[in-house]
Amino acid sequence: MNAIIQFLKRLSSDAHTSEQIHKFHGGIHPEGHKALSNLRPIAKLTLPEKLTIPLRQHIGYIPKIKVQVGDRLLKGQLIAEAEGGVSAAIHAPTSGTVSAIAEAIIPHPSGLPDICVTLTPDGKDEWTPLQPLDWRNMSLAEINAKLRISGIVGLGGATFPAHIKLVDGTPNIHTLIINAAECEPYITCDDMLMREYSDEIIQGIEIVKHLLGAKKTILGIEDNKPEAIQAMSNACKAQPDIAIKVVPTLYPSGDARRLIHLLLGVEVPHLKRSTELGIQVFNVATIRSIYRYLTYGEPSISRVVTMTGNVNSAQNFEVLFGTPLMHLVAAAGGTKSDDTYFIMGGPMMGFNLPSKDVPITKAANCIIAATDAMFAPPPAAMPCIRCTRCADACPVNLQPQELYWFAKSDNFEKARDYQLFDCIECGCCTYVCPSNIPLVQYYRYAKSEIIAADKAKEAADVARERNEFRLARIEREKLERAQKHAERAAGAKKEAPKPEELAEKHQDDTSDQDAKKAAIAAAIARAKALKTAEAESGANKQTQNTAKQPEKQTKGTSEQPAQDKQALIAAAIERAKAQKLAAAEKSLTPKNVEKVNPAVEAEIKKIDEIREKVKMTTESQTPE
Amino acid sequence: MNSSPYVTNAPTVTLIMLKVLLALVPGIAAYAWIYGTGIFITLGLATVTALITEAIFLKIRQRPVATHLFDLSAIVTAWLLALALPLFAPWWIVVLGTFFAIAIAKQLYGGLGYNPFNPAMIGYAALLISFPAIMTKWPAPLVLASAQLGFTDQFNLIFTGILPPGIQLDAITSATPLDYLKTQLMLKHSVAEISSTAIFGQWGAKGSELVSVAYLLGGLYLIQQRIISWHLPTAFITTLALIALVFNLLHPAQYIDPMFHLTSGAAMLCAFFIITDPVSGPTTPRGKLYFAAGVAIITYLIRVYGGYPDGVAFAVLLMNMCVPLIDAYTKPRVFGHQN
Repeated sequence: MNAIIQFLKRLSSDAHTSEQIHKFHGGIHPEGHKALSNLRPIAKLTLPEKLTIPLRQHIGYIPKIKVQVGDRLLKGQLIAEAEGGVSAAIHAPTSGTVSAIAEAIIPHPSGLPDICVTLTPDGKDEWTPLQPLDWRNMSLAEINAKLRISGIVGLGGATFPAHIKLVDGTPNIHTLIINAAECEPYITCDDMLMREYSDEIIQGIEIVKHLLGAKKTILGIEDNKPEAIQAMSNACKAQPDIAIKVVPTLYPSGDARRLIHLLLGVEVPHLKRSTELGIQVFNVATIRSIYRYLTYGEPSISRVVTMTGNVNSAQNFEVLFGTPLMHLVAAAGGTKSDDTYFIMGGPMMGFNLPSKDVPITKAANCIIAATDAMFAPPPAAMPCIRCTRCADACPVNLQPQELYWFAKSDNFEKARDYQLFDCIECGCCTYVCPSNIPLVQYYRYAKSEIIAADKAKEAADVARERNEFRLARIEREKLERAQKHAERAAGAKKEAPKPEELAEKHQDDTSDQDAKKAAIAAAIARAKALKTAEAESGANKQTQNTAKQPEKQTKGTSEQPAQDKQALIAAAIERAKAQKLAAAEKSLTPKNVEKVNPAVEAEIKKIDEIREKVKMTTESQTPE
Repeated sequence: MNSSPYVTNAPTVTLIMLKVLLALVPGIAAYAWIYGTGIFITLGLATVTALITEAIFLKIRQRPVATHLFDLSAIVTAWLLALALPLFAPWWIVVLGTFFAIAIAKQLYGGLGYNPFNPAMIGYAALLISFPAIMTKWPAPLVLASAQLGFTDQFNLIFTGILPPGIQLDAITSATPLDYLKTQLMLKHSVAEISSTAIFGQWGAKGSELVSVAYLLGGLYLIQQRIISWHLPTAFITTLALIALVFNLLHPAQYIDPMFHLTSGAAMLCAFFIITDPVSGPTTPRGKLYFAAGVAIITYLIRVYGGYPDGVAFAVLLMNMCVPLIDAYTKPRVFGHQN
């Protein structure tokens, strides 16, 4: 009965919004648990005793450090500047002294340490002189250069440096989409941000729209955030070109490609970016950061973080980057029980924090204090019964049951054929699997195996090219040596090669058939000559064996009937020498070397370029 | 340590199987009412055989016995087979068929999730080919039977083959309308003549048409519970009805109406319970339509032109063979890709 009512409800809500909203395939309705943390306003944290600021808090290259241990920094002062194409700056979140620059565990699934700057606050929280930008009267290039040192990255979770999305390579943007869907359960940081800072967000939208030259802006927000919808609607009353579109609560609506489809009915094609279609997507929190930077000169030093789950007072906090996790947990009243572990992100796509001693970073939209009671470890997996609930739930319309089969049997080529790399790892398939199969893990495994294999293949290709180049070089050097020898030999005994014999040799070179015949004839002649000789020598035999190569010189010598053993040996040695020389000449003419050499070099250069590109693209994936 | 997603919300395999069993209850009740309570004996026998066979093979294959016994999939197979067998078939037919279904068709292929063919239909087809005489001797609906058997009498009949004194086998059996139709058509009788006999009911076979309606109700429950998708039953019923309608319209004396085909034999059991076996069936939405339509067409052809009165089992097995092909060629368009 309940199901029928729900079904009718859904039908009616579809009818209500069908004009504007373009549904995507699949999706799920996990319990929101948002009321845990969105009943209290955003709170400010007290200053912690120290801040551990990882240099790598974004996608892309590690920024270049500009401070030393012992330096006194003011709040907002540059710690590290963006280096390379995709990179973001890091700033001091408060005033204080750099007490260490060392590796520390960062909030990353790998649990590996990375370089961090430890700042001991002086408690004064003293700002460095801030420079608001007169962005309306600045050129785009100037603004972009400024944004490059703002440290602003996508705060929706992808942490892609914002300045790249704002000006570089985004020429014909007509639509700006503001991602306010916040579809993951538990997370309410964007919800609260919109309730409390709607004006700043609207002004941020104006700035970004101006920078991109976008004609219209659509803010996509799930219908489970009525207060935020109200606040945003009120704030943008004066802006007719900002549309607020309420989308049904359906995970994963907040995925950029899904949201674009929901709002515009456009499918961003495989391997293309939305910017190629003139659409750019920003998260609301990123928009606010851009506003704060351009209007007040404040770089990115903090963010709103949802601290929720098994804590006594779940709430959203404005948290300085580098704040120890446990400082935040303490501010939320501490954990309710000792068996708590911490998840960064939402329960659908987040990950276990490797340690309790990690800092809050730019990517940390939400920290869930979790227990096994909240998230029961899945029971043992049963066999797949091909019920296709996963396929029904997949927002990308993949065939998860087939991908699982291929991944499990290491049939990676097939997995690729079935578009494994279109999987966004949203977890919908695992969510609905009756057999408790950790499907997403299988896809992550298959993806990493394929990537590793591709990298190994690429490395092998490079090694092969290098080896070919090396062999070519060795042969070239050999030839050069041989040439020198030949020149010396030519100088030593001038009467040896007669001009007509050389001409004949060239003929032999041009025609292989003739060469063979000549060689056979020569061999027969030699054999006859040898028969007349009294004794046979090892050198003689060798000559016969290698007599395939057409040799005028050898022919000449063998035609002269040998009178005694010594003369025969001397002749054989001479022949062997000449043969070697000729063979070297034949197999690799100087012309040949010239052709191989630059071609291989060019190849290697090309490969190096490709490698560099691949490195860049893998590091800069998922900009939204 | 867990990894994302940390939350799940899915029925267990056991719950899915339980709901399938639950959905069979109306059909079983109707069956018992129309044909006799002996069906419970057959069902029990098949259930016990299935569980014992499953347990033995799981043990041999060194798989967790309890986990898989309680997934209830063996009982679903057992019940489907029992419902497909003629009531009063001797006990060893039930045991042999169930053993074959579980041991050969399911466990030897790797157990739950790995069988390419529908195990119940494999069991049924093996019996039909091996023991055609027994497998085509159907009981008459109680309303038509000239003698009534009590539960004990049915029990004795199944286990010993002995009827109570004074009752002949003919008194409790009759030709099924599908069978009768086929033989009478060969004798050049018209459909109208044939279907006016007592064994024909409102739409199909007297009695069994009610069982079909009960299966339909159970099937609708499964669709409502999202245990099965609408694609398979809809495509099967529509195709069978359409093909029967076309033939019927072209030559009404030779080809009986669609309603008869839908309510006779195993059509409804097939539509909602047999072709909906997820393991041996296709997985893509379009593939499900093709698969079900294929089963319907083959069923109709076997019924009308084949050597067996009903064709569901062979149709399902033939289409099972096509599943990998169907799946490969009906992949849905992935988001952001061209077709």
